[in-house]
Amino acid sequence: MNPLPGSLDQAPGQSRGSGSPSGPYRPDPRHRLDSLGDPAEPSLSPGALLTAALLAVDPQGLGGIRLCGPASAMRTAWLNHLRALLPPATPWERLPIHATDAAVLGGLDLAATLHTGRAVAQQGLLARAHGGVLVLGMAERVPQGMAAHLAAVLDQGEVQLAREGLSERRPARLALVALDEGERDAGARNDGEQLPPALCDRLAFNLDLSLDFAPENPANSDKPPAETWTDKDITAARARLSGVSYRPQAVETLCATALVLGVDSLRGPLLALRVAQVAAALTGALEVDDSHTALAARLVLAPRATRLPPAAEADAEEGQTEPTEPSANEPKDESDEAQNDEAEDPEDLNGPDEQNVPTDEELQLAAQQALEEMVVQAAIAAIPPGLLAALKAGEAKAQAARGGRAGAAEKNQRRGRPIGARRGEPRAGARLHVLDTLRAAAPWQKLRRGLLPAAVNPASLNANNATPQGPRILVRRDDFHVMRFKQNRASTTVFLVDASGSSALHRLAEAKGAVELLLADCYVRRDRVAVLSFGGVTAQLLLPPTRSLARAKRSLSALPGGGGTPLATGMDAARELAIQIARQGETPVVVLLTDGRANIARDGKPGRAQAALDALQAAREFSVSKISALLIDTSPQPQAQAQNLAQAMGATYLPLPFAGAKGLNQAVRLASGLSASGSR
Amino acid sequence: MAITFPFSAIVGQDEMKLAILIAAIDPRIGGVLVLGDRGTGKSTAVRALAALLPPMRAVVGCRYGCDPAEGQPCCEECAALRAAGKPLKAHQVPVPVIDLPLGATEDRVVGALDLERALSQGEKAFEPGLLARAHRGFLYIDEVNLLEDHLVDLLIDVAASGENVVEREGLSVRHPARFVLVGSGNPEEGELRPQLLDRFGLSVEVRTPEDLASRVEVVKRRDAFERDPAGFTEQWKKEGDKTRKRVVAARARLNDVQVPDSMRERASQLCMALGTDGLRGDMTLIRAARALAALQGDAEVKPSHLREVAGPALRHRLRRNPLDDAGSSTRVARAVAELLPA
Repeated sequence: MNPLPGSLDQAPGQSRGSGSPSGPYRPDPRHRLDSLGDPAEPSLSPGALLTAALLAVDPQGLGGIRLCGPASAMRTAWLNHLRALLPPATPWERLPIHATDAAVLGGLDLAATLHTGRAVAQQGLLARAHGGVLVLGMAERVPQGMAAHLAAVLDQGEVQLAREGLSERRPARLALVALDEGERDAGARNDGEQLPPALCDRLAFNLDLSLDFAPENPANSDKPPAETWTDKDITAARARLSGVSYRPQAVETLCATALVLGVDSLRGPLLALRVAQVAAALTGALEVDDSHTALAARLVLAPRATRLPPAAEADAEEGQTEPTEPSANEPKDESDEAQNDEAEDPEDLNGPDEQNVPTDEELQLAAQQALEEMVVQAAIAAIPPGLLAALKAGEAKAQAARGGRAGAAEKNQRRGRPIGARRGEPRAGARLHVLDTLRAAAPWQKLRRGLLPAAVNPASLNANNATPQGPRILVRRDDFHVMRFKQNRASTTVFLVDASGSSALHRLAEAKGAVELLLADCYVRRDRVAVLSFGGVTAQLLLPPTRSLARAKRSLSALPGGGGTPLATGMDAARELAIQIARQGETPVVVLLTDGRANIARDGKPGRAQAALDALQAAREFSVSKISALLIDTSPQPQAQAQNLAQAMGATYLPLPFAGAKGLNQAVRLASGLSASGSR
Repeated sequence: MAITFPFSAIVGQDEMKLAILIAAIDPRIGGVLVLGDRGTGKSTAVRALAALLPPMRAVVGCRYGCDPAEGQPCCEECAALRAAGKPLKAHQVPVPVIDLPLGATEDRVVGALDLERALSQGEKAFEPGLLARAHRGFLYIDEVNLLEDHLVDLLIDVAASGENVVEREGLSVRHPARFVLVGSGNPEEGELRPQLLDRFGLSVEVRTPEDLASRVEVVKRRDAFERDPAGFTEQWKKEGDKTRKRVVAARARLNDVQVPDSMRERASQLCMALGTDGLRGDMTLIRAARALAALQGDAEVKPSHLREVAGPALRHRLRRNPLDDAGSSTRVARAVAELLPA
């Protein structure tokens, strides 16, 4: 389909493509990531070059890559480099994220169909990219439906078409390059905008250009990299790949590493194993050795980590400043002597195995452990620093993600962003999709004209659209298509403020300040806010849902502190309000500011024990109602009580001492963002 | 079609495999919903189902694969033949397992006019859709929670009535469409509408195996399969044949399995204790227990069978209880421990 994709002399990647193909065969260049900042280095970092080479050897087997970072010359350079490495005439397609299903999956070629008088199918983008690479731009905004199509194609290697009177299968084995431009703030997930996890899971690599790459240097951008893999190396590696074997230890090591890092999905170790094999093929080895395993763990498993091994947590913190250094040296340096030294190592271990069983088992076990440790270390060292911070704050987030609310982005008949058309009649406010209606009517014209009663008198019809054969286009009720829209629900933030004596003593004023910041943010996002407070024995609604920032501020500053802490009563009131808001078709987010020390029970009687029980009960009811919530602990030291409460609520927990104004803001956005993304 | 990963080679996930076998033994149970994390082999197991099913008898030339046996629902063409007193010729065909791809349009699902013939010959002819192809077999929806609402409504309607009615271009066609819904999805990516949830007879939750040994085994087998699909399938053929024989034998035994009244009582007690809506839970529980008894070669349903299928049969029918935040699996397990002590 694509006449000249990736052919070496014509690809846009000329500077790289023309510089390297004739270069000498160098399977093991010594690249050092620690010299990243050096301006003398080429603009693409060795890590990036290596990833491109690996992907080029087995694009379909590895699924693809998620390329993080904003659009830049660097990214273009990387893409060009990859394209230059692929054999000539490899398909290379770009997928716009809002392409229609018809464009992606294929459908009826209307022009050809009408012309030839038989149903002609049009190839979709997925089928056109068969055997090659599909580049997905702005991947962080890819709609869930499209992500599901892509995931299905990556799984099955074919497109299943059941559209517009056609049903067929077409092969579509491809690698996906997802350009993820979502910002990587430490911890924050940008209103839930990220590549859908289902897709992420199927791609072997996750390369963050901003982390892994040296700052671009225009002066050097034309200089070809000193040492790199060429397309010849790739061809040779492809031929070798099927012959590469691995020992069971490699699988065990990768699985153990995945388990230690909390990589739940088995696609992680599976893809890592594949990468290890590809790495071996690339370096000319016939068997996967330890350096390949370590490399695979570093490239595939590290970015998927969801937790740190307990012992490594302290180390990793120190390691953050220079995250890639040790691992970068390891695989590269060792791969040099891979065939010579490393390959012999296991034989040394296995050789005496037959003679002396007990000690050797120990020896083997020890070796296995040492290897695992090495691989885990390599992987940990490669975890990007942003992810580390996210992991530390991550526990609560993972929980909160479960509590997604259905319908935060609701389908709407009249307003919102159009998401296509469906068959249906333009009734009850639905709008006719004229183009799709005509499109649906077009193929049937011949049939309908044939069935037109002969008695139809052209003269009786409107002279403008009548021809001697009758009306120009015969549209039937079946053809009607109506537009579909999707609209994000407005959200309402409910502030539940603890105005009891204990809180007032601590820092009601600070809490008020924090709320005001949040209010400003709500205002920017055109959210509504409501303020509830509890203190004494009751809860009161200070401010019903409103958009008026001034009123909210006033009601807050007038809030007196003092009295008991009827936490359960306050939470019940907030839950009722939240449910009411949800019924009105908006998404509620509850922000609870408290120190968690309840001392008034639900029935209004004082008593810490009963009050705490009631509060926990109220928290559970909260979690069952699936309302996104955020608990801000206002006590000077983080309290176990408040933490337990947050857990029971399914809320994100945030102690105020650590929550600067910005942190608070992000946390609230996170809580509301998750509710939107969790339910798409 | 590409070679699918053999069913018997799936490591662990016993509950999922059992639920799929039970659904294959007794289609009246109403299908299986598989919910779980990413990368747990949900789709793999369902796609492997086709290879497990023994072939069925169907009328030669019938586009809907009607059952030639007397008294079975059939399409208009077969009914006309039957009324004319002509004998229906039958042959063996594989049980269909049809994929409902996301993004399928309504006309392909229910069937529509044959575009080719309308264009070239100007005649009206009905071209059956996916529902017709799935008749007497299985309809598999991957990512079932992402299915378009209007398709979901349509599926619920047809699944409930067992008949598909198409009205288009003055053409009015109705044909039987009895199929077993099999769905899979990741609950984190969107919730399933309760109406659709209730249509599934059994639901299983799959998790990634936590122990190293089985994870290693999964990765090894999967990699072996990807390197040499044909060889790997051959290697597991014997196991697969064994499983198929078990399914065939269980089907033959199914109607002879007795359900003592005491067991029916127990089942209803369990449903009452859990507060499941309607009677679908009771019926599914009994049917699933009977299918399990048939699979295990027992002559009558015993408490052990009820215990084993209670989770899959009931857990998706529980109402949310504000006073109990435990997961529905835990609640079923608790009720089972109480009412059906081992």
